[in-house]
Amino acid sequence: MAHTVRARWFLLLVLSAILMVGCSTEQTTEGASAGNGTASASSTGTLGDGNTLAVPLVSGHEYSPEDRMGGGFDNPASPLSKRVFYFDYDKSDVRAEDRAILVAHAQYLANNKAMSVTVEGHTDERGTREYNLALGEHRAQSVRQLLQISGAAPNQVEVVSYGQERPAAVGHDESAWKLNRRVEIIYRRQ
Amino acid sequence: MFTRVLRPLCLFLLMGFVVFPVHAINIDINGGQEGALPIAVVPFGFDSPVPVPVNLAGIIASDLKRSGRFAPLAEHDLISQPHTAAEVHVEDWRLLGTANLVIGLVQRSGAGYIVQFELLDVFKRGNDARLTGLSINVGPNENLRRVAHKIADLIYKQLTGDRGAFDTRIAYVVAGARRGRHDNAHTLQVADADGYNPASILTSKEPILSPIWSPEGARLAYVSFESRRPVIYVQDMLTGRRDIVAEYPGTNSAPAWSPDGRRLAVSLSKDGNPEIYIVDLESHSARRLTNTNNINTEPTWSPDGSAILFTSDRGGSPQLYRMPVGGGSPERITFEGSYNAGAKFSPDGRRIVFVHGNGAENHIAVMELSGGGGLRELTHTNLDESPSFAPNGTMIVYASQGALRVVSVDGRTPQSLEIQGGGDVREPTWGPFNKQLGE
Repeated sequence: MAHTVRARWFLLLVLSAILMVGCSTEQTTEGASAGNGTASASSTGTLGDGNTLAVPLVSGHEYSPEDRMGGGFDNPASPLSKRVFYFDYDKSDVRAEDRAILVAHAQYLANNKAMSVTVEGHTDERGTREYNLALGEHRAQSVRQLLQISGAAPNQVEVVSYGQERPAAVGHDESAWKLNRRVEIIYRRQ
Repeated sequence: MFTRVLRPLCLFLLMGFVVFPVHAINIDINGGQEGALPIAVVPFGFDSPVPVPVNLAGIIASDLKRSGRFAPLAEHDLISQPHTAAEVHVEDWRLLGTANLVIGLVQRSGAGYIVQFELLDVFKRGNDARLTGLSINVGPNENLRRVAHKIADLIYKQLTGDRGAFDTRIAYVVAGARRGRHDNAHTLQVADADGYNPASILTSKEPILSPIWSPEGARLAYVSFESRRPVIYVQDMLTGRRDIVAEYPGTNSAPAWSPDGRRLAVSLSKDGNPEIYIVDLESHSARRLTNTNNINTEPTWSPDGSAILFTSDRGGSPQLYRMPVGGGSPERITFEGSYNAGAKFSPDGRRIVFVHGNGAENHIAVMELSGGGGLRELTHTNLDESPSFAPNGTMIVYASQGALRVVSVDGRTPQSLEIQGGGDVREPTWGPFNKQLGE
């Protein structure tokens, strides 16, 4: 097991290196097929949405698909750069520190009607897959409600739950689980 | 020849001259099944120079072992290798202490075979010694592995009183099916109950969840993310035809068959919250059963068709609830532990199996529905999930950390169930009975 994990990390490093080169030299290629290695939108695309790539990568100047849309999504000074929100075990309440950031997303959506988001709910691997599908949905619904209360229009927010099926981090302990109990906001142009 | 040497030795031992190390009786029982019934399954004889393509005795022995109720002797511990009752020297087997002896013979018959087997009790005399036996005509295109499973079923029934469930099939999902390559393929497969003869019936880059056999065994319902969100399908395994059962906005998941095979109980979040519905497969109309702001999922239908059991966190933690199919107020039925979910009824409806957690680990547990209500943990490894009863109700298949395992309902040591081809195997569901020999 330890071997596989190490091999995956190695693969990740290699892949992220390749992707970094790819992204910096050819930013204008079809966004979705190129990789994005930012921590903020780590499991949203690339290479068939492989779980290996879903591990948050620490890397420098890459651009998420969102950033390529303009709007400064990857500017660390902007609240919009935070698009992954974490949850407590078996809970679907938005954490207090995340509310202001979600309100900023809602306001951005209110001011940019051409944009919309998919709100993806995820869980850690503990418990049954079906319960986790429902739990991920509840988490995503919590975020959706906050976005709509704060100004986003209903047709700008779509919810999907993946339950435990798309972990962001590989591993069978809390260090991985806490990264997997999450909601990801993925922007697209309507 | 071997027996000729051994028999005088046995006499010696019986007379009390224990001067030899008794390594011949050093029985190796892998998995250490306490109270498991010893049984000797002798390799079947064959009357032709062309060997039989499958090891019938090996399949029978591993079926019996996997049930947890039998401890087959290792082949090297067999004292001799008789193929007919006339060749059996009962004294040898009595000395081993193994009452139950299975012998058999395979003969060519045209392009097919005739398989004969007998189950003997070596402590009984004359005609009483023969507990059961059969001569089976096997056509050229018939699967000899299945013949072995059917024989194991008859032996199991003769010695335990319960119908065997070895000649059955399981379905399950394999993630990253190509071993050694990390890819994202999810494959829905069907295999014999011992993990052999796997066949893929659906492959997708997106997750596949919750396959479940229809009562008659011809169809599978499951959840597929192939359209990038969870949608419920029913697939006919013979024709390959697929029908979408529910693709409402939100989550469509957790299908459970009605006993008559005409409806599915499901969890839909089309109205904003995961709720239990019953969907008619003919009209596709959906009738809502629950109404809360909480999670309601994993419905399962009682075998008599009257009640739905499901998982809900309405009480603060995931617990199991029961309600009438016609509607009504749900009654909580689990109170032990902080996590009880994913229940399935036993075929007789008297007990349920489910995932039980206390905050730290998840194990498989069973509970009788009448009387007491205490649960029994059957497994002790972590992250055990997706339990499913065998159609005879005596065994449970479940997934544990990427592999399938089988445990008897009375909690004997779980046995691993190796799927040919490997991968991360999950979400097992055990299919219904096939016809048994003599039916």
